Amino acid sequence: MIGLLVQYLYVVGVILFILALRWMSEVKTSRRGNWAATGGVIVAITATLLAYSIQRTDLLVGAAVIGAIIGMPIALKLPMTAVPQRTAMSHAFGSLAVALVGAAEFYQYTPNVDTFSLSVLSAEMILGFLTFTGSCIAFAKLQGLISGKPLVYRGRIVVSVCTLGTAVALAVYLILNPTQEFVLPIMALFALAFGFLLVMGIGGADMPTVIAILNSYAGISAAALGFVLDNKLLIVAGSLDGSSGFVLALIMSQAMNRSFVNVLFGAVGSASKSTEQVVEGRTVQSFTVDDVATVLNNSKSLIIVPGYGMAVSQAQHVVKEVADIAQSRGLDVKYAIHPVAGRMPGHMNVLLAEAQVPYEQLWEMEKVNSLFPETDLAIVVGANDVTNPAARTRPDSPLFGMPILDVDKARTVVFIKRSMAPGFSGVENELFYLPNTMMVFGDAKKVLTDLVAALKKS
Amino acid sequence: MLAVNQNDLVVNLLIFLMATFLGTELIRHVSRLLHTPLMALTNAISSISIVAGLIVMSETSSDFIMILATIAIALASTNIVSGFLITERILRMFRRRKETK
Repeated sequence: MIGLLVQYLYVVGVILFILALRWMSEVKTSRRGNWAATGGVIVAITATLLAYSIQRTDLLVGAAVIGAIIGMPIALKLPMTAVPQRTAMSHAFGSLAVALVGAAEFYQYTPNVDTFSLSVLSAEMILGFLTFTGSCIAFAKLQGLISGKPLVYRGRIVVSVCTLGTAVALAVYLILNPTQEFVLPIMALFALAFGFLLVMGIGGADMPTVIAILNSYAGISAAALGFVLDNKLLIVAGSLDGSSGFVLALIMSQAMNRSFVNVLFGAVGSASKSTEQVVEGRTVQSFTVDDVATVLNNSKSLIIVPGYGMAVSQAQHVVKEVADIAQSRGLDVKYAIHPVAGRMPGHMNVLLAEAQVPYEQLWEMEKVNSLFPETDLAIVVGANDVTNPAARTRPDSPLFGMPILDVDKARTVVFIKRSMAPGFSGVENELFYLPNTMMVFGDAKKVLTDLVAALKKS
Repeated sequence: MLAVNQNDLVVNLLIFLMATFLGTELIRHVSRLLHTPLMALTNAISSISIVAGLIVMSETSSDFIMILATIAIALASTNIVSGFLITERILRMFRRRKETK
């Protein structure tokens, strides 16, 4: 009787999860979506506790309390600029949880496990463990604990593939000889090592894609666990998460005009690339904030192009101040958001929302690009490669083919930048040398604060 | 005994495929504005693997397996708590123009 009730409650959970994703499609209903998903998880946990009696409630309560103690401050206190790090960390936690449950299932039932279950369990553990270390490295890179540069050395791909190959070979051995329990930790070690190697080789600007791929892996491993336990709720929730990560990764890599394989093994921005195209005789025109204020006061329309630099210098609030002043002086203000600006999908939107920018002003690349030719002023804050016209014009450039924001077509471009250093790709931005570009050197936050002061004077 | 019944497997595969197709279609229609909170949300949803941890806990008498399950439950509940709370916090920041004035 209880067993049947639990199955029905699981159905309720599935419905709530699907509605949650449906409601996440627009801002208006998105909060309802979050509540639906929360409800779904609560229903599922309640149903499970009803059906399975747990003797060690002390451990259960202890684990839940630890989870709440760690989780609450992260969620409530974390600055919005650190959201990509938190996401990487939550992928690490989720995938490790799945991997550990897989291991627990293995030890519980061996040798009474059929070959199919054992195969799925092994695959799930490999995926879970590699996602764990991969996400930890992504976290460390995003947090700045280790360099964001890709670790590149000769034979990198061979080493990575051999590591994964060893893990898979050990898994096969384990499946054929389930009593050899000692193989499992060794297999786990190789999977952990592969995750480490994989993400060490990926640079900071590719993080949006990598985070989405890790998201997908975490979901797929949860679904695999559902197969072993014959738990349909787990299969649905896992595959929803898996497909979500997959779609996001696809959108991200398309926005960079690259394939998954290229993102994972391409190591863009490696020092080995000989793409220094310094053309002699080109000059950069450096300006002051007073010059920018004058131009802004004579403009009718403004497009702001934010990038990772805005997140680094926490400049989103002062960006909003500049926009407010411009708006009060009659300018039409928009923000142009490149899909891979920042370090995770939708990063810029969250930061600007935090600064209370109304979301109607946030424009996607495809829609805003046709507006640049009619725009008087574009201000680039901390974006670089995504504005480089070489992606359109120079077939020899590594950026060629990547969809970019056509900032160069605006009548005047103000480019705020700390130094002349090239962007992540290591390619110089041709935009700097265009006659309609005004370079303003300095930290984004400081420059914009000065600009606000200059605008208030004028 | 952990063995997969072939009939269950077929049904589960069907569920997996349908959920994947449905997920792909649903996510495709999510506004780009919301990709960050979406990721926080789907991550919290996938922490439903806590259910698997609970089942293992109820089945075992071995201390070692119990420890594995406890750690897994702690990790998953961290994700549930922080995932839903941060999604709510992010979503509350998205405002319309008229509300900001």
